Amino acid sequence: MIAKTLQDMFKRYRRPGDVVFAVLFLAFAVFLLSQLGDQTKVVKRTKWFAQPSLWPTIAVWSMVVFGFLHWLSSALSERISGRWAEVGFWARSFEYVAYFLIYVLLVPQLGYLPSTMLFAVFLTLRAGFRGSGAVGLAALFGFVVTIVFRGFLQVKIPAGAIYEFLPDSVRAFALTYL
Amino acid sequence: METLLSGVAILLQWQVIVALLIGSIGGVIIGALPGVGAAVAIAILLPATFAFEPIVGLTLLLGIYGSSMYGGAIPAILINTPGTAVNALTTYDGYPMTKRGQGHRALSLAYSASFFGGVFAILCLMVLSPVLALVAPHFGSREIFLAALLGIVLVVLAHRGQIFAAGMLAAFGVFLNTVGLEPVKYTRRFTFEQSWLASGVDLIVVVLGLFAISQAFLLLLEKNHAPGNAHVSGNLFAGLKELLGVKRVAAVSSSIGVVMGMVPGTGEFTSQFLSYTYAQKTSKDPEKFGDGSPEGLVASEAANNAVPGAAMIPLLALGIPGEALTAMMLSVFYVHNVIPGPQLFENQMDFVLALYMALILLNVIVLVFLLFSTNLLLKIIQIPTRFLGVMILILAFVGVYSLRNSITDCAIAAGFGVFGLILKRLDLPIVPIILGMVLGGIMETKLRSAMARVKSPLDFIDRPIAAILFSLIVLIVILHLRTLYSEFKNKLRPEPSLPPVDSDHPNQQG
Repeated sequence: MIAKTLQDMFKRYRRPGDVVFAVLFLAFAVFLLSQLGDQTKVVKRTKWFAQPSLWPTIAVWSMVVFGFLHWLSSALSERISGRWAEVGFWARSFEYVAYFLIYVLLVPQLGYLPSTMLFAVFLTLRAGFRGSGAVGLAALFGFVVTIVFRGFLQVKIPAGAIYEFLPDSVRAFALTYL
Repeated sequence: METLLSGVAILLQWQVIVALLIGSIGGVIIGALPGVGAAVAIAILLPATFAFEPIVGLTLLLGIYGSSMYGGAIPAILINTPGTAVNALTTYDGYPMTKRGQGHRALSLAYSASFFGGVFAILCLMVLSPVLALVAPHFGSREIFLAALLGIVLVVLAHRGQIFAAGMLAAFGVFLNTVGLEPVKYTRRFTFEQSWLASGVDLIVVVLGLFAISQAFLLLLEKNHAPGNAHVSGNLFAGLKELLGVKRVAAVSSSIGVVMGMVPGTGEFTSQFLSYTYAQKTSKDPEKFGDGSPEGLVASEAANNAVPGAAMIPLLALGIPGEALTAMMLSVFYVHNVIPGPQLFENQMDFVLALYMALILLNVIVLVFLLFSTNLLLKIIQIPTRFLGVMILILAFVGVYSLRNSITDCAIAAGFGVFGLILKRLDLPIVPIILGMVLGGIMETKLRSAMARVKSPLDFIDRPIAAILFSLIVLIVILHLRTLYSEFKNKLRPEPSLPPVDSDHPNQQG
């Protein structure tokens, strides 16, 4: 009996939305297959193993074959309820994609330190933490990350355009470390 | 002897020591935080390590890799929540021990078994190094091609019950690697006339998206929760003595971990499964397994901690990563123009020895740290999961943006973040994509150079190692098909009714 339960621990189970993903992936693979001729080239006087189209062909055909088999096994399996609720969950992630990309666009304008602190505080509020302690911790986290990565490790992140308007005494420091 | 001393000199650089301390202690904390894990941390830190010397960067990443599973055992044992996915089996016996008031005993045993597994693996590798140095030069292009192919086959077949999904995702990884300007004939592949696709899809952008950003999205969107309060009291040193009583299980489990760590595409899960099954079958009290068996706990922890050291073997000796974390480390080598492979063992043995010694030191640092600071860690891990999501997303930005200050990279990483979130929600594997990307590139290059000397198909496997690798691939595929056939035959028979899995124990695959 234990061996059976142990086997179960290592087994993967299908989850709601599986068939939707299988259809989308198969459609993507078939689209790539339809583009194979246009998007890869067969070079003359070159043997098959050195053709630039060899590996894309192997990869795309494997995606189509395995994708089809995966879709088939999902389609033939018992339906699990909650399929569209799950798809809705995936779609909700685009809200955070938008926030992330706005943050990415803000960094070269506002500078790494201000935009990171703002982003941390905003996300904390959006995640449902309203207390001043949580907001303060978020701002502190943004500050520490900036100091560690840009100030200390000198990671390659451009200085904010807004720093140009700072007084001379702090501008050089801000451009280098913040 | 000279090589050993040179290795010690490399290890004693202050930067290496600092990297080792930060990596090992940071790794324990990261491992103890449910929902983070070594892959997320390594993905985030990867671009930052490019500025360091290869040994410093690798020590930092290895520290995180090797120590995260120690930390992951703490919440697994005390609050039934595995810190990392591989600690799920630890909950099986660790948590029942805590429920019986033996939390300190379980933790102490887990630390001791982890230490034993980790050190055992490295000692094996140090002993094996001369053999590897002897064998590695016999790996030419065709052998490396076949070893990479073996890795792909194994990573697909290792995902039992999801082989089709693993196959399509591995193929997707191979496809991603082909996108962009092809370097030999300079033709464009799947660029759709878009300039931003001409340079291809960067492995690190994909890794950060699939591991870090997806995890941030998942934590931000799912219900917020924080690990409960827990405290452990009692002597944590006792486990070192108790381990002597189960030394056979510890030694066999560590050996299994070493072998599985060396085989590409298998890793911690398979080693744990085999070790646990062995320990249960040879135990005097098999009925206690799953209900607080010290032997089960030792088998699980010794096996998974033996893997990181052993996983460095195919990476260092052949330049072939066996799983996602070593695939990430491979990029550290490439950035510094250090090409892992046979030449590394021939020409830079001191570098290899320094890495092994760093791994031993890492285990000592972690054990000492844990024996004195478990209760402190229990306080740290009480961070709400949504706040962890905020932290990961902010850190992921540093990783992606610092690569080449590209907004496009960030957008691609965010896209892979959504893709990774879907895969995680569906319990589909991410590792085949990463291995497909890395091994696909290796196979393309090596096939091209290997075929230059091949006149007929049989020439490809006329050297002993190539023949062995080819036979292994064929044998593994045949064995797998045979297993599938016998399972299919068994399904036709009526199944006896079996009790469901205990709800106390989370699924191993998370």
